Amino acid sequence: MSPPLEEFPIMTMTTAIPAAAADGPPKRRRTPILHILFGDLLATGLTVMTGALVLALLPALRWGVLDAVWSTADPGRCGAGGACWAFVAAKIRFILFGVYPADEQWRPLAVIGLVLAMVLVSLPPRHWGRRLLTAWGLAIGAMLALMWGGFAGLPFVSTANWGGLPVTLLLAILSLGLGFPVAVTLALGRRSKVPVPRFLSVLVIETIRGMPLVGLLFISSIMMPLLLPAGWSVDKLGRTLAALTIFAAAYLAEVIRGGLQGVPGGQMEAARALGIPVWKAVWHVVLPQAIQKVIPPLTNTAIVMVKNTSLVLIVGVFDMLSAARTAASDPVWPAPYAESYLFVGAVYFLICFAISLYARWLEGRVQEKDLR
Amino acid sequence: MTSPMPVHSPSPAAASPAILIEAVDKWYGTFQVLSKVDLTVAAGERIVVCGPSGSGKSTLIRCINRLEEHQAGRIAVNGVELTDSVRNIDAVRRGVGMVFQHFNLFPHLSILDNCALPQMLARGTPRWEAEDRAMHLLRRVRIAEQAAKFPGQLSGGQQQRVAIARALCMEPQVMLFDEPTSALDPEMVKEVLETMVSLAEDGMTMIVVTHEMGFARRVADRVVFMDAGRIVECAGPDEFFDAPRHERTRSFLHQILH
Repeated sequence: MSPPLEEFPIMTMTTAIPAAAADGPPKRRRTPILHILFGDLLATGLTVMTGALVLALLPALRWGVLDAVWSTADPGRCGAGGACWAFVAAKIRFILFGVYPADEQWRPLAVIGLVLAMVLVSLPPRHWGRRLLTAWGLAIGAMLALMWGGFAGLPFVSTANWGGLPVTLLLAILSLGLGFPVAVTLALGRRSKVPVPRFLSVLVIETIRGMPLVGLLFISSIMMPLLLPAGWSVDKLGRTLAALTIFAAAYLAEVIRGGLQGVPGGQMEAARALGIPVWKAVWHVVLPQAIQKVIPPLTNTAIVMVKNTSLVLIVGVFDMLSAARTAASDPVWPAPYAESYLFVGAVYFLICFAISLYARWLEGRVQEKDLR
Repeated sequence: MTSPMPVHSPSPAAASPAILIEAVDKWYGTFQVLSKVDLTVAAGERIVVCGPSGSGKSTLIRCINRLEEHQAGRIAVNGVELTDSVRNIDAVRRGVGMVFQHFNLFPHLSILDNCALPQMLARGTPRWEAEDRAMHLLRRVRIAEQAAKFPGQLSGGQQQRVAIARALCMEPQVMLFDEPTSALDPEMVKEVLETMVSLAEDGMTMIVVTHEMGFARRVADRVVFMDAGRIVECAGPDEFFDAPRHERTRSFLHQILH
């Protein structure tokens, strides 16, 4: 076949290039800085706007850094126009641990340490497996036991007195951890060819997703006790956790379903042809691939759920945000709400950004398998 | 109609054929993909199935390990009839290996795990034993040095050889090949065909759906030509290629050989 006529002009152009490129690749010329900033209308506009933004942020810098009171024991020295970081320093124990008895606050601190240790151990994918899952189960049990106490000379502390960061962390980890297997079940159910599980899964997912989390929290904390038979009571923290778990499960289920749809049918076929029982094939062949495909949206849901735990304050659970709000209402200090919220925001940011970084690393590792 | 045979009374191997297909019909909705297909394969026999696309040849071999269900007629493998009984289906699948057009290796597992894990999941083989057998068979398809890699890092031909090793790990008595070379680049077809030839030389019962007529002439005991869901012609390779009886076979051979 002969090439179409239109190609000939292009070919003459390509033959001209070697002459120009004979002495190596063309050098890139530095664009003068003034040209970058004011070269055309768009650049000029952006420069002016950025400048205006920086100027607008100067007062914030002044408030947050230059005029800020960093440490003082005297609340009176705060409130002169600068930020009162001294307040955060003075109230840090309350913000982190809430109304947990002061003498026992080493226990929630140990819980935070345990969470950190477990997270670090769980990072490398080669540690994943039944043993790690068991370790998490034991660790969670140990954390709850430590928080409750009532054994080995540790005074009992009711969940009504739990608060701050450990509550935030426990709610986030447990709602995601317990929600995940529920989500897998729902996702598989929704893809099932059998009508009953499919219908139930759709019903649960769509009902939960159609409800705001706040509504769900109200239902679980106010309506659930009314529905339970007399004499039964479930702890408020437990009810809140149940609401968060089912909420997380509904969202995770749809993410996982997306991943399941991305696994080619040939995978299940090959597994069946090899005589692998259906459920083992789902667990070992289909699910791992489905989850690898949806790491970015899974990360997204995980981050959203970490932040969603802060909504529990509306039903009176004392998480980190509630603790910070309560701390700021101390009349001795000049209402340092902004400082409290900024501090809590920074802690949330650290947690969420760490999750994000980890997920990016994990994704890179998955791609290596295909590209090495 | 299907007359179920007892599960645990396989007739002596010599008496019962490796694969028995009798008057099998299959529909996709109202479209009939297989009609009145009869085929008996003796142990150790090598059958090549060819035919135009849509002729039902892939569907036929996928019925043999129940990846597809037939609606009428009988299929029995090593004396075990395929019915709705899960036990029978499992028993048949354990004895029948399959190689797919698109390899269908598990991309999240290393080559070694691709071969070892199915043994552990399907038969409860301990890991060390499964890995031993996997390495042995990877050596046999001459790809052992790639055991630690992942499928995505191998060429198509290498992947298909791994797929063959993976199927052999289950120690099947019958191997089904569903167009094993048609997704491969031309230069990789040879290495896969050579692996299949050596398998045939070892006496494996094989049914191969392929258009590789050179392979058919060299290896097949019988060549089956299918068209529109029926077996049109079934003969030894010399007769099939040199003196086909049916006009439809002649025109098909003419198209693919010239």
